[in-house]
Amino acid sequence: MKRREFTRALAATTAATALAPFGIVRAQSQKLKVGVLLPRSGVQGLIGQSCQKGADLAPALLKEMYGVDIELMNADTETNVDTARTRAERLIQEGAHVLTGPFDSGAAGAIAQVCEQRGVPFVINIAAAPQITEQGYKFTFRNFPTAIDLTRNGLALIGDLFRATNTAPRSAVFMHVNDTFGQSMAKGIGALLPRLDFLPFRVVETIAYDPAARDLTVEVSKAKATGADFLMLVCRLNDAIILRREMVKQRWNPMGIIGPGNPGMYENQFYRTLGKLSEYCISNVPWYNPKAELTRRIEKAFDKRNPKDKLMFHALNVGYTFEALMIAADAFKRARATDAKTLSEAIRQTDIRNRMMLGGPIKFNAKGQVEGNASACIQNLNMRPQVVLPAAAAEAKPVFPVPDYRKA
Amino acid sequence: MPIDLVANVVIAGVLTGLVYGLMALGLSVIFGVVRVVNFAHGEMMTIAMYATVALFAAFRLDPFVAVVPVAAAFFVFGYALQAGIINPFITRPEHAQFMLVLAIAIIMVNGLLMAFGPDARNVQVDYQLESFALGPVLVDKARLYAAGTALAVSAALFAFFKFARIGKAIRACADNYLGARVVGLDVKRYYAFTFGLGSACVAVAGCMMILLVDVSPALGPAYTLLAFVIVIVGGLGSMGGALLGGVLIGVSEALAGLFITPSAKSMFSFGLLILVLLFRPQGLLGRKP
Repeated sequence: MKRREFTRALAATTAATALAPFGIVRAQSQKLKVGVLLPRSGVQGLIGQSCQKGADLAPALLKEMYGVDIELMNADTETNVDTARTRAERLIQEGAHVLTGPFDSGAAGAIAQVCEQRGVPFVINIAAAPQITEQGYKFTFRNFPTAIDLTRNGLALIGDLFRATNTAPRSAVFMHVNDTFGQSMAKGIGALLPRLDFLPFRVVETIAYDPAARDLTVEVSKAKATGADFLMLVCRLNDAIILRREMVKQRWNPMGIIGPGNPGMYENQFYRTLGKLSEYCISNVPWYNPKAELTRRIEKAFDKRNPKDKLMFHALNVGYTFEALMIAADAFKRARATDAKTLSEAIRQTDIRNRMMLGGPIKFNAKGQVEGNASACIQNLNMRPQVVLPAAAAEAKPVFPVPDYRKA
Repeated sequence: MPIDLVANVVIAGVLTGLVYGLMALGLSVIFGVVRVVNFAHGEMMTIAMYATVALFAAFRLDPFVAVVPVAAAFFVFGYALQAGIINPFITRPEHAQFMLVLAIAIIMVNGLLMAFGPDARNVQVDYQLESFALGPVLVDKARLYAAGTALAVSAALFAFFKFARIGKAIRACADNYLGARVVGLDVKRYYAFTFGLGSACVAVAGCMMILLVDVSPALGPAYTLLAFVIVIVGGLGSMGGALLGGVLIGVSEALAGLFITPSAKSMFSFGLLILVLLFRPQGLLGRKP
């Protein structure tokens, strides 16, 4: 080696050594530590566990897809906003490079604040309150429709449902949980509904209730007394079960129960607990594309890991949780670094087209929000959620008005 | 507001309130005699609910049948708890007793989490979704049966304390600790017996409550708080007060939900508590200290 070549080689080695601590040249040899915050216990415990199934699939699948190593750091938010905040702080202290979760708008707002203060990227899996991405946050990203989008899509699908079934209900009673998500949905519905001329019904009464309620006798009595044609319901899982039982006890058979963009009525536990009483409930929600190549891949991995379970009962939870981790893995691959700033910038540049959920590509706007996530009209038929609208993706025809529960 | 709607809601409130009352009765009996505030009361009821779920899952035992073995087991458990753990604390400062019972409550919640996980569970009996129709008024069958059982158990407990020798001896221990010892009563044994009775009461309430609500480990603290609200409204140590308090809380929550907003139900019962504390601190049927 000549003296000049030796000097060049020495300079390059020195530069690489000097830059290494800043994560500029070290990359794929290290792991991306992802803090996964989910409500695995408490009122939303069952949904949190459902989301966790999506997270558990991610490391192996994403290694195959992107060639990157991911280490999950799981934390239980206990369906409590304060716990979510402290768990997020702890995960960051323990070295998480990126956080994801938490299936709840209240918790998402708290975690987003922590992440902004500590400068750690946060990819939300499921949380709909619009204000989360309206605060000018730099490290918060959301691949899930806002309550406004959910409501808009959900209400449009209600119109499609009435057209498809040649029905025109004149009145609805609107019941909703009074947590952050429920309030956001109620606000969205209140703002959008008067402008949607194509919907034939008016809301005769709005009833807010506690999602942790143990008894919904009064709420259902009030709703029944309105004589409304159908029930528009923004619920969670446990309250949906209590409410459905109470409707049967009070012999209330409206034309149907329609969720305009909320969880609860398509969850596995809903079918397991209610049996035949779960039939015909309708949810207009973001859903997975059963024909997508990624869905098949995820379904195969899911079946292998959960031989007694079916992906269809966890579709939204698994789909969006997996996609949140996929966004982190994709950004890590491109960034070749784990430092917060580089990773956040890479997440901002995300453009993923091969996805599981219905909708356009995963691309974040300036606020960190993915636009174009689509919804489908899901009806519980034969004890499973089936796409009934849009017609192009339908697995069955919608049933509306629904038969009396005794004939179900 | 349609009258049948009000009637439906009031009837449901009264029936639920009676079950609440039975739960609080256990707390009131224990405090009235042993003078220990049982902070693990709701947690004990939660365990009874899980026991009913387990018996139903294993033997398809109806909660109205399961009530016998569950109450018996809880009597033994309560007796042992008082005799083995709480009795040594009887003469210690109150904060030491509080911490002891709170520790027991925390162990119970976490034990349930470890044993059953966080999922909500219930029993599904044939009559659970049925109701009696009295004209336009619908009465939930399970709720009616549960309230009837609560009333029967409360009446039996009243009769026990009024007429049975052991009941009279327990009342003597509650009225005058020193006097009871002077006449030769084994006070600590009667304390243990009373704790057993209170535990059996809460076990019966748990067997009934599982017909009305799903159980999860986190349910305990909420019911402990509810039991306290009820006994403070009714009068701490007063058996009749506990039942009255239960019915009042049940009905006031139902009416608040109907006339104001369902989300304000709990707020209303706490408002009632503040009013009672302000104007009748000893509770509606409590005696002045």
